[in-house]
Amino acid sequence: MELKFRGKAWKFGSNIDTDVIIPACYLTSYDPKELAAHCMEAVDPAFSKNCLPGDILVADWNFGCGSSREHAPIAIMGAGVSCVVAKSFARIFYRNAFNTGLPLVEAPGNVVDRIQTGGFVEVDLQKGILTLGGTGESFPLQRIPEFMRDLLAAGGLVPYVRNRLFQKGRTCPS
Amino acid sequence: MGMTISEKILASHAGGECVRPGELILVRVDLALANDVTGPLAIERFGEIGVPDVFDRDRIVFVADHFTPSKDVASARQCQRLRQFARAHRLTHYYEGGDAGVEHALLPEKGLIVPGDLVVGADSHTCTYGALGAFATGVGSTDLAAVMASGEIWLRVPESIRVILRGELQEWVEAKDLILFLIGQLGVEGARYCALEFTGPTLSHLGVAGRMTMANMAVEAGAKNGIFAPDEAVEAYLKPRTDRKGTYLKSDPDANYRDVKEVNAAALGPQVALPFSPDKVVPVREAGEIQIDQVVIGSCTNGRIEDLRSAARVLLGRRAVSSVRLIVLPATQECYGRALEEGLLAVFLNAGAVIGPPTCGPCLGGHMGILAPGERAVATTNRNFPGRMGDVKSEVYLTNPAVAAASAVLGRLATPDELF
Repeated sequence: MELKFRGKAWKFGSNIDTDVIIPACYLTSYDPKELAAHCMEAVDPAFSKNCLPGDILVADWNFGCGSSREHAPIAIMGAGVSCVVAKSFARIFYRNAFNTGLPLVEAPGNVVDRIQTGGFVEVDLQKGILTLGGTGESFPLQRIPEFMRDLLAAGGLVPYVRNRLFQKGRTCPS
Repeated sequence: MGMTISEKILASHAGGECVRPGELILVRVDLALANDVTGPLAIERFGEIGVPDVFDRDRIVFVADHFTPSKDVASARQCQRLRQFARAHRLTHYYEGGDAGVEHALLPEKGLIVPGDLVVGADSHTCTYGALGAFATGVGSTDLAAVMASGEIWLRVPESIRVILRGELQEWVEAKDLILFLIGQLGVEGARYCALEFTGPTLSHLGVAGRMTMANMAVEAGAKNGIFAPDEAVEAYLKPRTDRKGTYLKSDPDANYRDVKEVNAAALGPQVALPFSPDKVVPVREAGEIQIDQVVIGSCTNGRIEDLRSAARVLLGRRAVSSVRLIVLPATQECYGRALEEGLLAVFLNAGAVIGPPTCGPCLGGHMGILAPGERAVATTNRNFPGRMGDVKSEVYLTNPAVAAASAVLGRLATPDELF
């Protein structure tokens, strides 16, 4: 996994909680496409219909607060979003996203404020750089620890754990 | 340098002497929990990990509580998945139906957690067990699957925020009001990634149930866990429920805190969290005239026998106004049974309540009391984000059980003193 993303931004506010990302009434499935159809519908009914593969979700503070439902990052990935950029993330959502293979990028407030829906954003997680499509300005990002980049590169926690267990002789390679 | 109680529990499970906030550690898990909504995905991921069996069949708990009794075929299949896995792997702790209840009320009742335990659960309100002096935190299904396979999890050691509660509670003020007030002060992000540690003289007025209510909602301020140093009240609670003794820890006098908050509990009246956030908290008496359509009394926050008693005190000899649907959901079968013995169910019936089974149901907009557009509910639950209990244009007001009961009688958000 290259950990470099470029896409159109969808901008949301603060405290976008898991009930908004995917309401509980849909939690009888964990199929990404089924969940994606209802992703963010309470705040933007157009999102799930119009989100294209590679688009980037951008938000203010405390994105993903609320429930522990892993269906939240699954829905977002199912909609085609490549990564989520926000000023801050709620902790269970943060773990769930990485575990599912959805990269999250914590970016400075003044940088996030410069991004609006429809604008292009480029994120390089390897180098830790965010670039604004319009002006080409680049900003440094706090780099995520190497083992978490490895986790993303492996495709999430399960392949990561499988690799480690395989090394310990406890399971077979995939 | 001293450690906080949260740090001590983490250190002992990491096999080390000492941990510091910010450190990434690998810890041994004492108990892992999932429910009918989070469990099926955990089972799927466990299968993908590919180990032949769970790490310890005595240390995994599955509870069917969210969409139960099964509300439709898809929900029934989720329960079926849990049940089949529990049987195939001979899990000691699988709970459904007549032996069950809302997980965060059920597990303490069953004596499954003791002080000093480290518990992870695929449910955000796992933090409830901090009331028993355990380190308990919510995670997602994939994390839970990895725990099921390995018995371990990586965690970042949280900073601790100390909350000192002073003063005796006024009449009609309960633990729910304390935690609502605190969330209002901190904001939904104010304790993000932190351990919320509760202490102070008010604790001696808070039973174990009240502490569970408070620890339960720590997550609503963004916290990783909520915790109380265990004392004689916890010991007395656990004595009839388990032979395990546990480890009674408390924070060192020279432990480090990110922040210390003092709450004058005696100065507080009943609180309400207004739509659409658990941190939009005001005193009920300042909330204005709010007509309502439904009241829900129940949930892992406030569905225990103590909460039912509080509601019954207000509802005794009174009736919910006909424009309000009053729904009472005892949190576990044991609570239900005790409510029956104590005559509380008769009080609720005579008050015109619908008494439902132990279930999470309406709290998360599942079933058993969903709201139509424009409807308002007063609920003893824990979240009120848009669409939480039904239509995105419905509203949820979070209160304690006594306020919820008074609101049902008066048809509007109200405090019990208006009735006495």
